[in-house]
Amino acid sequence: MSWIDIGALEDIPLRGARMVKTPVGCVAIFRTDEAEVFAASNTCPHKNGPLAEGIVHGQKITCPLHNWVFDLNTGQALGADEGQIDTFPVRIDGVRILIDGNAVGKRSAA
Amino acid sequence: MVEILGMSQKLVIIGAGMASGRALEHLFEMAPDAYEVTLFNAEPRGCYNRIMLSPVLSGEKTYQEIVTHDQAWYEANGVTCRFGEKVAKIDRAAKTVTAENGDVLSYDKLIIASGSNPFIIPLPGHDLEGVIAYRDLEDTERMMGLGEGHRAVVIGGGLLGLEAAAGMQARGVDVTVVHIMGHLMERQLDEAAGYLLRKELVSRGINVLVASNSKEIVGENGKVKALRLDNGTELPCDLLVMAVGIRPNTALAKEAGLATGRGIHVDDQMITSDENILALGECVEHDGAIFGLVAPLYDQAKVAAATLLGSDARFVQKDVSTKLKVTGCDLFSAGDFAEGEDREDIVFRDPARGVYKRLVLQDDKLIGAVMYGDTADGNWFFGMIKDGTDVSEMRDTLIFGPAYQGGAAVDPLSAVAALPDDTEICGCNGVCKSQIVTAINGGAEDLGSVRSTTKASASCGTCTSLVEQLLEVTLGDSYAAPAAQPVCGCTDLTHEDVRRLIKSQELKSQAAVWQELGWQTPNGCHVCRPAINFYLLADWPLEYQDDPQSRFINERKHANIQKDGTFSVVPRMWGGITNPNELRAIADAAEKYDVPTVKVTGGQRIDLLGVKGEDLPYIWADLNRAGLVSGHAYSKGLRTVKTCVGTDHCRFGTQDSTGLGIKLEQALWGSWTPHKVKLAVSGCPRNCAEATCKDVGVVCVDSGYQVSVGGAAGMDLKETERLAEAETEQEAIDLTIAFVQLYRENAKYLDRAYKWVAKVGLDWVKEQVVDDLENRQALIERFEISQSIYRKDPWAEHAAEPRAYAPLADLTLEAAE
Repeated sequence: MSWIDIGALEDIPLRGARMVKTPVGCVAIFRTDEAEVFAASNTCPHKNGPLAEGIVHGQKITCPLHNWVFDLNTGQALGADEGQIDTFPVRIDGVRILIDGNAVGKRSAA
Repeated sequence: MVEILGMSQKLVIIGAGMASGRALEHLFEMAPDAYEVTLFNAEPRGCYNRIMLSPVLSGEKTYQEIVTHDQAWYEANGVTCRFGEKVAKIDRAAKTVTAENGDVLSYDKLIIASGSNPFIIPLPGHDLEGVIAYRDLEDTERMMGLGEGHRAVVIGGGLLGLEAAAGMQARGVDVTVVHIMGHLMERQLDEAAGYLLRKELVSRGINVLVASNSKEIVGENGKVKALRLDNGTELPCDLLVMAVGIRPNTALAKEAGLATGRGIHVDDQMITSDENILALGECVEHDGAIFGLVAPLYDQAKVAAATLLGSDARFVQKDVSTKLKVTGCDLFSAGDFAEGEDREDIVFRDPARGVYKRLVLQDDKLIGAVMYGDTADGNWFFGMIKDGTDVSEMRDTLIFGPAYQGGAAVDPLSAVAALPDDTEICGCNGVCKSQIVTAINGGAEDLGSVRSTTKASASCGTCTSLVEQLLEVTLGDSYAAPAAQPVCGCTDLTHEDVRRLIKSQELKSQAAVWQELGWQTPNGCHVCRPAINFYLLADWPLEYQDDPQSRFINERKHANIQKDGTFSVVPRMWGGITNPNELRAIADAAEKYDVPTVKVTGGQRIDLLGVKGEDLPYIWADLNRAGLVSGHAYSKGLRTVKTCVGTDHCRFGTQDSTGLGIKLEQALWGSWTPHKVKLAVSGCPRNCAEATCKDVGVVCVDSGYQVSVGGAAGMDLKETERLAEAETEQEAIDLTIAFVQLYRENAKYLDRAYKWVAKVGLDWVKEQVVDDLENRQALIERFEISQSIYRKDPWAEHAAEPRAYAPLADLTLEAAE
């Protein structure tokens, strides 16, 4: 893995999210707890809703357009909806957020 | 025996408590004309559900909600009510009673249901002002009136004492409980469960002293000042509540020469030593026992009614179970749980969850159960105690409850379906499954009608979910789920419950709501979070800080998201009035940010559609410079006030409708509401501003302003209803603001005003806003306090922080390098 610094933890409000532009498309970084972040595709497979604008609860995100709910651990849609978003390795180093550059870069090169 | 043909007999009842009330219901049901009833009650009111006084005290219910028989009921059944009157004397030889005022009434049958008196420990100072018991509505009101920041001491850590303490604590009173025994509720709980209960109460801020002896009540100027314990500790207080037990009220019976012991002696038919006098309720002694819980009282009532009608019935004492009515303290106890040589215990503990369960077995039968923290299986265990079920086969998994018997977990519906017909569902009222199913098949298709036909779940309400499951099983798909739905999967509480508890328990943060109201998820979900966020900011505008992360995107971004992920921008145009300068700024912004669509909205505003998210702070800053502010076209808040030109230009105009519209918009803008709020002001009844389909509409007439509310022109179409006629413009503004504030304080999140008005009734709204001038003023003042925080332009704030609208990082640039 090649970890890339994408910003400070405090740039994302608690239970909020921010978007990162990557070669594989827009990736949303979710801050689910004081020191817990997840990264997943910003695009809802249903109608392309911007997931970084949704409501973060537990380790889940609700799409702002039609309330699809995804588990951020697996990327699986929950409840009656069927769908999947890509998830990406992300970690916290002190006060910084790092994402796996290979995971968000390689795919576009292919 | 001689029957007087064609004439009903005279029945006099002393005491209108729950037992006699229930006896009357049975009597009228079986033979409505058999007796001419006169009902005396020392309390100045009829029958109410006394066991629900604690939820009234804590603010979870109102007194009106616990009234079981109202004036109309007594009238319909021809009961002569003598409320607030005591009976002074019974003359058994003459078969008369003498009222306090000297009236003499003859009876054919007399029922004594004089209840019990709270026991007051004769400590020095027990007669001081401010020393009360916890028995009736007056006591409850005394405690409710104490007010935040005052101090109270409760002597007695039993059921009633703890409910009193928790109720007052929920109202902000500083409460200390003094209990003489080593652990709380020792008659219902063992030591371990008592400890968990104490821990819970202490964590809520209630001071709990066990193994403590009261010595003296200290007073000042005839008023209670403190309680002194025998170890010298002094507990200052403004109110002292004694809840140490009850004594059957036998005075009248004793004077009349009836046989009494601890209570009035009755036989299995509820007849006293005089064949024409019956007694029931807390005043009686049957086979050596006296009664304080409601279930046996209701059994007695049934028997007494049968006896009055000459039919055969027998009162049999049964085991009873107990639940504490304190929200958040889940405990259950039933049967006998004292330790003994021939008894065995099965114990389960989960300290992290605060769960404790203990079953007591004797001869392979369950004889007692104590549960704390998780009481879901309580009724199942209670059923086995009552039935004397042999549990040797399931002993290994018994404590895990019915779900673990017979392998796979059973879903609740099939479990209910499998219950035998004679299973008791409602312990308070002794209603079994077959009665409920019969009622449902007879047309009782919702909880309310099952309650009114069978009484099931109509007392303490703990069996409500079982009754609902029976409805579901019996009616199948045709069962319409009750209107009172929980907010979401995170909680079992309804929106109404949550709003009430936020106010009564003074919950001022989301974390407090999740914790205190037992949320089942760590931090809510997309359904409850926006609702809770609104309730908190509406109820505690100064204390609570709005949480953008709990808002739908439109409100967080202060713009409407469109289906392609771009946004629309709508500047406010006060009352629909604009000018060349503003129009020029809008035109410039539209060009500068490549806005693809410019449209005039239905609310008399200009909408710039298709703005990119990251451009938002910049277009706002540009519009701000021209004096334009956010139009809140995205918010559950004040949207627009639409106007016509009124007297300024129109030859029909009767008042300055544009001016009033602008004033209203300037007063209301920025306020958050349960759903969007749209207003309009028309200058004459021709109503060009279409005011009569708005949330609030004002139609100007020669004599003033017609203010009407609750209109709709969306999914539903509905004309407004007249709230009031205002003579002056100021009055029209006041009425509007007070109405909006009432809506903010009471409505369910996402209920438009018309839905809310339909629920609470326009009459109630009028009482609050129109008739009660003091209340109208108070509503306006609370609205102003809230507006001191929220009447501001979000665009200006957000334009200063453009970084939040940009991507956190752009890795495409690095990749291109």
